[in-house]
Amino acid sequence: MLTAFFARRARHLLIALVLVSLSLVAPAFAADTVNVYSARKEALIKPLLDRFSAETGVTVNLVTGKGDALLTRLQAEGRNSPADVLITTDAGRLYRAQEAGVLQAVESDTLLREVPAHLRSPQNQWFGLSVRARAIVYATDRVNASELSTYEDLADPRWKGRICIRSSSNIYNQSLVAGMLATQGVASTDAWLAAFVPNFARPPQGGDRDQVLAVAAGQCDIAVVNSYYLGAMITSGEPTQQAAAEQVAIFWPNQDGRGTHVNISGAGVVGSSKNRAQAIALIEFLARDDSQQWYAEANNEYPVRPDIAPSALLQSWGEFKADQVDASELGRVNSAALMAMDRARWK
Amino acid sequence: MEVEATSIAVAVAGPTRWQRIAGTDTVWRLCLLLGAALIALPVVVVVASLWQPYSPVWQHLLDTVLADYVVNSLLLMAGVGLGTLVLGVSSAWLTAMCEFPGRRFFTWALLLPMAMPAYIIAYTYTGLLDFAGPLQTALRDTFGWRYGEYWFPEIRSLGGAICMLSLVLYPYVYLLVRVAFTEQSTALLEASRSLGRGPWRTFFGVALPVARPAIAAGVSLVLMEALADYGTVDYFGVSTFTTGIFRTWYGLGELTTAAQLASLLLLFVFVLFALERLSRQRLRFHHGTVSKAIQRIPLRGWRAAGTCAWLALILLAAFVIPTTQLALWAGTHWRSSVDAGFMTLVSNTFMLAAIASLCCLAVALFLAYGKRLFPDWLTVVAVRTAGMGYAVPGTVIAVGVLIPFAWLDNHIDLLMQENFGMPTGLLLSGSLVALLFAYVVRFLSVSLQTVESGLSRIGSSLDESARSLGASAGGVLRRVHLPILRGSLLTALLLVFVDVLKELPATLILRPFNFNTLAVRAFELASDERLAAAATPALAIVLIGLLPVILLNRGMTAGEDGHG
Repeated sequence: MLTAFFARRARHLLIALVLVSLSLVAPAFAADTVNVYSARKEALIKPLLDRFSAETGVTVNLVTGKGDALLTRLQAEGRNSPADVLITTDAGRLYRAQEAGVLQAVESDTLLREVPAHLRSPQNQWFGLSVRARAIVYATDRVNASELSTYEDLADPRWKGRICIRSSSNIYNQSLVAGMLATQGVASTDAWLAAFVPNFARPPQGGDRDQVLAVAAGQCDIAVVNSYYLGAMITSGEPTQQAAAEQVAIFWPNQDGRGTHVNISGAGVVGSSKNRAQAIALIEFLARDDSQQWYAEANNEYPVRPDIAPSALLQSWGEFKADQVDASELGRVNSAALMAMDRARWK
Repeated sequence: MEVEATSIAVAVAGPTRWQRIAGTDTVWRLCLLLGAALIALPVVVVVASLWQPYSPVWQHLLDTVLADYVVNSLLLMAGVGLGTLVLGVSSAWLTAMCEFPGRRFFTWALLLPMAMPAYIIAYTYTGLLDFAGPLQTALRDTFGWRYGEYWFPEIRSLGGAICMLSLVLYPYVYLLVRVAFTEQSTALLEASRSLGRGPWRTFFGVALPVARPAIAAGVSLVLMEALADYGTVDYFGVSTFTTGIFRTWYGLGELTTAAQLASLLLLFVFVLFALERLSRQRLRFHHGTVSKAIQRIPLRGWRAAGTCAWLALILLAAFVIPTTQLALWAGTHWRSSVDAGFMTLVSNTFMLAAIASLCCLAVALFLAYGKRLFPDWLTVVAVRTAGMGYAVPGTVIAVGVLIPFAWLDNHIDLLMQENFGMPTGLLLSGSLVALLFAYVVRFLSVSLQTVESGLSRIGSSLDESARSLGASAGGVLRRVHLPILRGSLLTALLLVFVDVLKELPATLILRPFNFNTLAVRAFELASDERLAAAATPALAIVLIGLLPVILLNRGMTAGEDGHG
């Protein structure tokens, strides 16, 4: 009797369930929406998304998180994923997303024109949107800029106990070594690491700002950090951070050779996107002049477009030649880079 | 008409019929096993990775870093275990069994540090004690020292991580052990004293052994949390098994290998706790009488002063100093962070914590009581596995939730599309349901251990008398156990509430669009190295955590102080 009762009700129950659930998920599928999974922190992307919404009337829904976690979520959700755009802060993650098959090729003349070829996927599945440079920061009272030249030179014994750098778990250190692997090969990278790691002043710890603070306090003489952290310290409004930043200067390594190592933050359209047109429009918007300037103003990153002038602070650090190695190549050798760092006992 | 009549008949007949079935053990057991299996599913998904192919990366890990990971994790475990044992048991004994000025204050104040996320306390102490921090800078300026010319403890080290984790995790031991001490039969302690044992020998010879289930429960929770900690050790540059899991996933892009590593961690914890249980299997810890009010040992003079100083030191180090540092940071930034959006963060966080702690309590009570009714090996293993989510790093367990939910959603979608032409998309994935489920999976252990340790102190003779008087299994639970367990239940609620307040990794990966919590906000700012800006949301977490602490304190002390 009970079974018969439930069998009769089953269809009604099912339909009711579907209607309730539809009402829950509906916002994510509304006509003028674009859903974004972003590894860029909310504070560093939301203002631009809001601007896009205000201009176009398209609602932007946002989830932030770590690149690999977002990628795993995309893969698990599969063809029904609500996501339209994936934003990451590293070429390696974009490369992995492409390898995992969760992105799609985009035919956009705007993006092809604005984003330099080495900063986008060869298959047009993702596009770099801002550039992050890994520079050398030195204590101006103890180091003369003429003593500095290249990343490779930091393996020289004269730097023993004078270098601060964070853990090899940090993606930008991995991509620095990946850049070296891609351009110099395995043997010379291994040799460089074997000599570079013993030069560390202390076991790797803390973030990039901590390395700058340690240089200013005299624990080490030079540090390898992303330049925007130094910019953030200068504009932080905090006396200790600003005082530390004043005691150091920035140096662009490898200017006579391959150029300073850079990584990108970038975006791609998700393969299963149900709002493809809006997704492409959003990425094009992020590559537009005023958005490009915003990256520099808000977070001291460099525009991906050579024709856009960076902020006044960035200009004060001088122009530099950036390594032209393919961003996708950095992604391809990322795990090899970490394994090399493991072998060299870079914690 | 006929249909109507049948359904009414069913509606009337239904309850009695169900009551009859539900009364039988088979249904109890079935529900128990199904419930445990559901909660254990994410853990099983993670452990299933052990049957997947092993990547060549394993050889690389064995050759290079794995030994470091294991040694550091073991040292961290030993250190934090010992640290929380000393801090937790001493403070529990002093506030439960001794009388001294300020005892009432310390009883609740000692709970405060648990609202402090471990990585936040790590940031504050680093800010203070780091080489570039104010303390060392002042020392250098005063004495004209330079780097390397003086010794100062390195905060960012394994030792530092042990201190930080011990300071915020000891309340687990304190809470559970304190409840055990207050519920201990005073007759037992009086007997020991009257037989000529001094207070110290009574403590080590009688009180501690009797409180062993509670101590084991508290320390187990601490160890699981310490092993699964990522934020603190990562910031301090200590390579543990958990940082290794994430390096393998993020750096090497090897999610399967990372899951395999996590499974090994889990098996290790499982075996460790099984051994601990085995070693006290033959022991029974319940007392026959419901204890009368405790006769506290009065402390005077230097003993009272020493006690106060010790407890004040704990409180200072674990709460006052880090909170003051946060408040100083927040003082410069709170205006820019407290806006309308901030209040949404507060209400989101509060709502999630409240719902999750209630869900966890209900499930824990169901499983713990079921295990008491049917202590066969299948039930025990099922319940134990369901409680393993705490030993797995939050992000990993979140992936274990993500995969089955998305699988289910995609299959429902397919089914609906084929049969009704109505695609449903993802129903549960990316919803708060999935997130709450993940919280239950992750924090069930906390409420389960608390409830179980409470239940273990209730003699089975009570159950038997109640049952022989005609009460059903549910009736015994409701009318006999729940009133006795009040302290344990409140404790379980509070612990999970505060844990969810602080929870970051599962929230980060599973939350819906445009939905943030205080922990997410604090993390985003801190990981962008904007510590001062992160202080406001972090401070809000601590403040919201005060609320249940105050409530719990009322519930906890109402019983023991009522009789004077």
